[in-house]
Amino acid sequence: MPVIEAKNLSKIFGKNPKQTTKLLDKGVSKDDILKETGNTVGVNRASFSVEQGEIFVIMGLSGSGKSTLVRLINRLIEPTEGTILIDGDDLLTLDKKSLREVRRQKLSMVFQKFALFPHRTILENAEYGLEIQKVDKEERRKKAQEALELVGLGDYMHQKPNQLSGGMQQRVGLARALANDPEVLLMDEAFSALDPLIRKDMQDELLDLQTKMQKTILFITHDLDEALRIGDRIALMKDGSIVQIGTPEEILVNPENDYVEKFVEDVDRSKVLTAQHIMKRPETINIEKHGPRVALERMREEGLSSIFVVDKKRNLKGYITADDASEARKKEIKDLQDIMKNDIPRVNKETPMHEIFDLIYDSPIPVAVVENEKLVGIIVRGAVLAALSSEGEVNLDA
Amino acid sequence: MLNNILEIVPEMPIAKWTNSATDWITDKFSFLFDPIKEHFGNFMEMTSETLNTIPPVIIILIVAIIAFFISGKKFGLAAFSIVGLWLIYNQGLWEQLISTFTLVLLASLLSVIVGVPLGILMSKSKIASAIITPILDFMQTMPAFVYLIPAVAFFGIGMVPGVFASLIFATPPTVRFTNLGIRQVSNELVEASEAFGSTGAQKLFKVELPMAKTTIMAGINQTVMLALSMVVIASMIGAPGLGRDVLSALQRAEAGAGFVAGLAIVILAIVIDRITQNMNKQKD
Repeated sequence: MPVIEAKNLSKIFGKNPKQTTKLLDKGVSKDDILKETGNTVGVNRASFSVEQGEIFVIMGLSGSGKSTLVRLINRLIEPTEGTILIDGDDLLTLDKKSLREVRRQKLSMVFQKFALFPHRTILENAEYGLEIQKVDKEERRKKAQEALELVGLGDYMHQKPNQLSGGMQQRVGLARALANDPEVLLMDEAFSALDPLIRKDMQDELLDLQTKMQKTILFITHDLDEALRIGDRIALMKDGSIVQIGTPEEILVNPENDYVEKFVEDVDRSKVLTAQHIMKRPETINIEKHGPRVALERMREEGLSSIFVVDKKRNLKGYITADDASEARKKEIKDLQDIMKNDIPRVNKETPMHEIFDLIYDSPIPVAVVENEKLVGIIVRGAVLAALSSEGEVNLDA
Repeated sequence: MLNNILEIVPEMPIAKWTNSATDWITDKFSFLFDPIKEHFGNFMEMTSETLNTIPPVIIILIVAIIAFFISGKKFGLAAFSIVGLWLIYNQGLWEQLISTFTLVLLASLLSVIVGVPLGILMSKSKIASAIITPILDFMQTMPAFVYLIPAVAFFGIGMVPGVFASLIFATPPTVRFTNLGIRQVSNELVEASEAFGSTGAQKLFKVELPMAKTTIMAGINQTVMLALSMVVIASMIGAPGLGRDVLSALQRAEAGAGFVAGLAIVILAIVIDRITQNMNKQKD
């Protein structure tokens, strides 16, 4: 069962919102609705679900409705229409009191501009969520302290927020959200206000924390690189609607329409694609069966200048160049072992493409993709270049 | 011909209506006004008398010490308080000073007690805001003398109607600034407080009021100053204090006596203003 499930969520700002939803159902566009009724479509029939432990990124440009959407999930903004299920329970039927309970127990939020309480110390900020639940002082202090230590701010507990840098303030924001031990973290552009280097640190740290905590995270961002970096799945929004939901690879490689395609056009694909997307099936010879003659023959057939050598179990043993093979044939050397070289650049399937650049630049032979010593594919220079161009084909089934 | 249009409705007896309304209120609410007049009047006199039993030297010293600490351990304000208050004593206006101070203190206190909750109500409810705003405008622009008339009708003469008139005249800044202060709390902070599941009261007391404190204090400072400015006017209906000296100097055309009493009011105003302003800064 998904932790968060949103079905046909809509938010219309303005008068008579219910009537406007009928126009939405007819497929009238956001601009036309504004002209006709004066109402603004915040979110247009968004449906998605987020599984336990997943980082689900909602990504869109400003005005695409992503910040509204995340506020619908904890009802900071009341949806005009649709359903929200948290752990299978319908959030929209709850009265104020039960809604408060859900917010206290299950949903914590991290804000773009941190939203720390400036009149409270770091510790008092972190304990806020527990304080309003009337958890006794000693216990909530302890939990708040643990949360602060988790984000590396144990030494700053008695400072005020304005004494901290932006990155540290957002750590406090994160600690405040974690102190409640919620199931779900709603992160609204949480790292957008930070400068790029700090932002990257925070992304890494969030991923680290996530491996420990396994929270369900709904992350809002306008930064595609950020989305691709941290998202298990990404929902792309435009004009209040979700245009495509998919894994980073799916979005990049298989954009559903022109909008998404345009969006991902400028992405540095080398950061998203990994070895498995650009490798191809290797030509090999078997060290136990073949000699230099077969090797030379294979290379001639395939037009290669070198070939990888494996054993019966496809364990990678080395490689042979065409020059060495023909030399060996003249000298009538039978054993491949004697002419085989072993200085092969190796990567695994998950190695990101940008790490392959240096390897392949220096190497006269293709890069080997190995898994448990077994050769699973090779990468040639042409494939790397092709993958970088947005038209280039890559293997998605990998 | 055109003038006839203006004559369609004959002169409306607004003054008469107001009179009968005042009479009606005086009559019907005397059960409320009379005890207020009596008990509150007694209370104020008692406060005045108690303050008068304290030797002036001690009061001057206490004020100086408060001024010293509240201005961040600087001597300027403390020195000014000592010299200023001594000058008032020297001019034989000490008793009047105490009366005036009592009136200002109680009027301001009541203004805050009434004003802050009203301001909170305005910030929370558009309807309340729409109703209260024009009333505040009315209260502030209506010449202060006008309040004296019903005040006398309700409470007779003396300190109590003076406080009543001050209350009406001086409350608006506290209401407005409280409203403004709460509305100025950043939306993200309010959202944060709600997102963690705060109740309305928790949001108000843990986030909104602390955040609005500086603004509210600025409003209270204004209220105190306005209450002080009512002192002279309130003396017209028998409120004791420095204002009465100003008034009698005016009636007898004694420039000197008027200046001395006026100067005493200025000194009191400066001391109160600086102390309340510093209270605000200190807690930042």
